[in-house]
Amino acid sequence: MQTKIKNKNRNINYAEAINEALLQSMKLDKKVVVMGLGVDDPKRIFGTTNNLFEVFGKDRVFDMPTSENAITGFAIGMSLGKFKPVLCHQRVEFALLTMDQIINQAAKWFYMNNGQMNVPIVIRLIIGRGWGQGPQHSQSLENLFAGIPGLKVVSPSSAYDAKGMLISSIADKDPVIFFEHRWLHSTYSQVPNKFYKIPIGKSKIAKKGKDVTIVSSSYMTIESMKASEILKNYYIDAEVVDLRTLRPLDVNPIIKSVNKTKKLLVVDNGWTQYGISSEVITKVTTHKNFDKNIIVSRVGIADTPIPSTRSLAKLCYPDCVDICMQISKILNKNFSGLSSRFKNYRASDTPNKYFTGPF
Amino acid sequence: MNKKTKFNLLYSMIRMRMVEERISSEYSNQQMRCPVHLSVGQEAISSGICLNLKDKDQVFSAHRSHFHYLAKGGNLKQMISELFGKETGCAGGKGGSMHLIDIKAGLIAAVPIVGSTIPIGVGLAWANKLNRSNKVVVIFFGEGATEEGVFYESINFAALHNLPILFVCENNYYSVYSNIKNRQPTNRKISNVSKSMGVESYRMNGNKVEEIFTKTQKMIHSIRKNNKPILIELSTYRVLEHCGPNNDDHLNYRNKKELKRWLNNCPIEKYKEHLLKQKVLSNEELKKVYQKIDKEISQSFDFAKKSKFPKKDKLFKYIYAD
Repeated sequence: MQTKIKNKNRNINYAEAINEALLQSMKLDKKVVVMGLGVDDPKRIFGTTNNLFEVFGKDRVFDMPTSENAITGFAIGMSLGKFKPVLCHQRVEFALLTMDQIINQAAKWFYMNNGQMNVPIVIRLIIGRGWGQGPQHSQSLENLFAGIPGLKVVSPSSAYDAKGMLISSIADKDPVIFFEHRWLHSTYSQVPNKFYKIPIGKSKIAKKGKDVTIVSSSYMTIESMKASEILKNYYIDAEVVDLRTLRPLDVNPIIKSVNKTKKLLVVDNGWTQYGISSEVITKVTTHKNFDKNIIVSRVGIADTPIPSTRSLAKLCYPDCVDICMQISKILNKNFSGLSSRFKNYRASDTPNKYFTGPF
Repeated sequence: MNKKTKFNLLYSMIRMRMVEERISSEYSNQQMRCPVHLSVGQEAISSGICLNLKDKDQVFSAHRSHFHYLAKGGNLKQMISELFGKETGCAGGKGGSMHLIDIKAGLIAAVPIVGSTIPIGVGLAWANKLNRSNKVVVIFFGEGATEEGVFYESINFAALHNLPILFVCENNYYSVYSNIKNRQPTNRKISNVSKSMGVESYRMNGNKVEEIFTKTQKMIHSIRKNNKPILIELSTYRVLEHCGPNNDDHLNYRNKKELKRWLNNCPIEKYKEHLLKQKVLSNEELKKVYQKIDKEISQSFDFAKKSKFPKKDKLFKYIYAD
């Protein structure tokens, strides 16, 4: 369910918003370069790199060899030579081949040379889901990167935020890991034509409410918003906080919200254990203003590699109905007919009916 | 080759040797509390190559970084201070011996993860080429780094984009205690691998400083002119232990004959005799060289010892630039 927006301004989708952020950033600053396997191929990274090669040419847009590890090093070196590289992997998992360059080098470069040289690079990582992606094309590993001092990690959930946050990430002086959920690429929102920035490190109240606080990020914000719509049928007014940035974590708006609602549910975009939800809940419950009467809970991806078959994969992901069920437990209320009444709201193995694969 | 160049080559090697001998002798005072990978025995390579570089040229190093730093003109006081962990160190005490840096001198980075600076150096050379800056990047690494996947990824890319890089493989035959025979097939040469990947490659004696100087002079000129990478593999030997200030040959991991042969093949002693015979310098002048360097080293150690440790407020400084 896509939030309806009055057609006063134009609606574009998340992939188009990413594309626009790249085009506008490259126009504004000729040191911005885009690199990655397939950035100029016929599919253009799900359309996100459309027209870049045509507009900026071979000295700004680089198809790369299948050398994931070295490519990050090349980007670091380019940044030392005053370029601002935007690197792209079509799935998160390919970045696992280059963790040395990301964690040992990019994240520590500025610190270990005592502030003499910074590394302004952006690494776009796309999270896969559904259509049989299987164990190595569907991982949400934001926590792996968010745990590292020296990195910034962002994970916008709407086209509007995606454009503004990618522009901010490119302008940033530090290495930024930019997570895009594949299922968000086809979601629409109102996006201004102009060049604008959404600051890194600021969460957003996606929906105001008073009864329960739902904290989420990336695609799970879509499910959380759907859940908040369902909850209205049970006279529950949920507040939804969209994290947008995972490092640095903007915890104060969450504290403020939880102090109002007294109930917190964190919906993790990744595995439930050892993840973003662990960090959010710890930050909240150890905060000096934490009220001990506050009820805290979480949902996330099941603790297993995600299988390819849709019959099993669908059991891994929480959706809006699961979120409501968890809230019924927190509130100790019975939402009668929840599963049957809202079965059309449940997530399938595609982002929408128009998606017919392959990836 | 003129007399001044010959003198400079010898001077550079003697200075490097003396710096590390002082580190070695002072290490047991436990004031330099960081791992040190000394390069004694490998003086000829960095001396011979770096004398051919311009100030604007850029050098990348690895864990055994002291000689590359010194050869490129890195500040000695700041290097010793870094080993002491002082705020006056080249990285403010945050890096230690394995992260020497002197941007002004063109020593861009040294890191201890084997092979990791290779792609970064390639990336900077790529930027240099796009910026038309006419700089040459020199990437120093050991033969162990050629066992890392990232080496092949980087060589491929340098060849693909014709990048102005001199890859320098210092083959000292040992990765910690493991002989190259246990790590790479004996009938395959590193320089042949890179050559087959499209990078002009050569093998050289790594202990003959004049030969290294003369040959790499031509190579660096060609790299700058033609924007094409070259790789050289130089055979050499580290005299001391892999990590630490001492000799570790009581552990018997190196063949005694091999050890003796290399110790007799000292790059400094042979060259010194040669220059004395050629009357490039006299015994008296040589004595003055030793005295001058000794004084410089003492001053650097005094500077490091007198310098302060970084204060508490530096702990969280420079994690982020923004």
